[in-house]
Amino acid sequence: MSAAVPTISPAASGYGMRPRRPAGLATQSMLLTGRALRALQRNPAVLAFTLIQPVIWLLLFGQLFRSVVHLPGFHAVAGSSYLAFLTPGVIVMTALFSSGWAGTAYIEDMNLGVMDRLLASPARRTAMVVANLGYQAVTTTVQTLIVFAIAYAAGARFPSPGTGIPVTVVAAVLVAVIIAAFSDAIALLVRQQEALIGISQFVVLPLQFLSGAIMDLHLAPAWIRDVARFNFVDWAVVASRDALSASVAWETVLWRLGLLTGLAVVMAVLATRAFRAYQRHL
Amino acid sequence: MSPSPELALAASGLVKTYPGGRHAPPVRALDGFTLAVDAGTVVALLGPNGAGKTTAVKVLTTLAVADSGEAQVAGADIRRHPDQVRRRIGLVAQRPSADPLATGRENLVLAARMQGLSRHDAQQRAATLLDRFGLLDAADRQAKTYSGGMARKLDVALGLVHRPQVLFLDEPTTGLDPQARAELWAEIERLATDEGVTVVLTTHYLDEADRLADRVAIVDAGRIVVEGSPEELKQALRGDAMQLELDTAASATAAAAALAGLPGLRELHVDGVRLRARADDGAAVVPAVVGCLERAGLTAVAVTVARPTLDDVYLRQVGRSFQEAS
Repeated sequence: MSAAVPTISPAASGYGMRPRRPAGLATQSMLLTGRALRALQRNPAVLAFTLIQPVIWLLLFGQLFRSVVHLPGFHAVAGSSYLAFLTPGVIVMTALFSSGWAGTAYIEDMNLGVMDRLLASPARRTAMVVANLGYQAVTTTVQTLIVFAIAYAAGARFPSPGTGIPVTVVAAVLVAVIIAAFSDAIALLVRQQEALIGISQFVVLPLQFLSGAIMDLHLAPAWIRDVARFNFVDWAVVASRDALSASVAWETVLWRLGLLTGLAVVMAVLATRAFRAYQRHL
Repeated sequence: MSPSPELALAASGLVKTYPGGRHAPPVRALDGFTLAVDAGTVVALLGPNGAGKTTAVKVLTTLAVADSGEAQVAGADIRRHPDQVRRRIGLVAQRPSADPLATGRENLVLAARMQGLSRHDAQQRAATLLDRFGLLDAADRQAKTYSGGMARKLDVALGLVHRPQVLFLDEPTTGLDPQARAELWAEIERLATDEGVTVVLTTHYLDEADRLADRVAIVDAGRIVVEGSPEELKQALRGDAMQLELDTAASATAAAAALAGLPGLRELHVDGVRLRARADDGAAVVPAVVGCLERAGLTAVAVTVARPTLDDVYLRQVGRSFQEAS
């Protein structure tokens, strides 16, 4: 492409004209998402690392606990395996865990000076948040599809993959967006990698265990069932599992996806606000 | 010096305090920072580390918010219209700020498109800047492979993609080798003369300020202690330093007596065989001095006239020499 550009003497060309106005929110978001995806494309091993955990959960944990479906009171679909029960749970957990790291991209940018350069330019804070969340959405979609493929290869079968898989992708993406926005906000507040990871782990682990991701909550203590009703990770797990089952209860699914969407928007707005706190420290 | 009709930057009374540590008092990084910069000029904020130069740049580029005071940059108010300011300025921060994983070209195209250039215009602009900064050969290499000088040039190019009216350069040449430094200096000079960009640069190199700046503002403890062209500042020291060396201490004293009434020569001071004085215009007064000594039957072994340096200015304004301060 560079060859096509004619060489003009600097004195004659100057620096060209000024842009009339900065790029819009959508364009800026796409440009910044593209930047992150390009970095991933150059170093795709990053994605492979995030798949180690789900594989262990599915293949080791899934094997170890395969007989739990036979416990009286375990509401698994008749004839279905624990692996099939576990798969949407592991997918949502994977989205949860890998997106907890989302804010590290901000901390890297702070250390690289990229953050300040963007903040002193007409880059919109919203675009910076949307781009980070968009990147997480893309990687979560890829992860989800790979985990489905691994589960399928390991023998898991789902009665309605046609609706179940898209719903699971949407639910996992929404969980990723919620926790990535949280991680972004924390990154802007604490500005330090170790603190971010510590806080993120502190939040993510209870969210996982206070949901039906790996266990049927009908067999859990009542208080956990009560807490899980307010846990967005559980909303995502229930919606996905339901959509993958033979008889999809659309009301259950859509309600939860709606709640997830609302929470995602709220968290994204909070992350955008956190830029102010960050700039107070500059 | 006629005042320019247009100010590129007008700051008055900026104060910025940072909270202190657990047992440390708050730090007043800016303490009544006031500055006016004519459009199309180069102004250097000169001072040692910790004087408040970088804080001033952060506040003027809308990165940080001042506690009080106000400023207009490129015609927009930093507090009320920070978005307008950001469209009209370029910032080259102290540390490198390119994305190391992207190539030089990708960095420039992204920055240009964020600023609102079309894909085609952004490509063109990137190519122009790469060419101008001598980075064409490295254009498609990741920025992390660039040398210090190349990375710095890319930083400056990134600050210029949208043709800013005011370009802030925070210690642009710190850590560069002399060759890279000279190249960057030439580029900064060209910016102001050819492009009409107003350049605000911070530096702790006296020679850099002397070489590049139309105006020098000496910053100490969060405020500007003196501001003027390098020449004005040196002139304010009231003259060049002249030093005569005579054969004996006695003739030095005799010379002092002979030169006492000479117009344009002041502050005569004998120190052994040496005679020091201040001259309004050293070069012009030398023939008169020599003639005067001849008439008195004295001969100078050596005559030196030294222009005052910015270091002298700094010493006088801040009360300690620059080397000491930094």
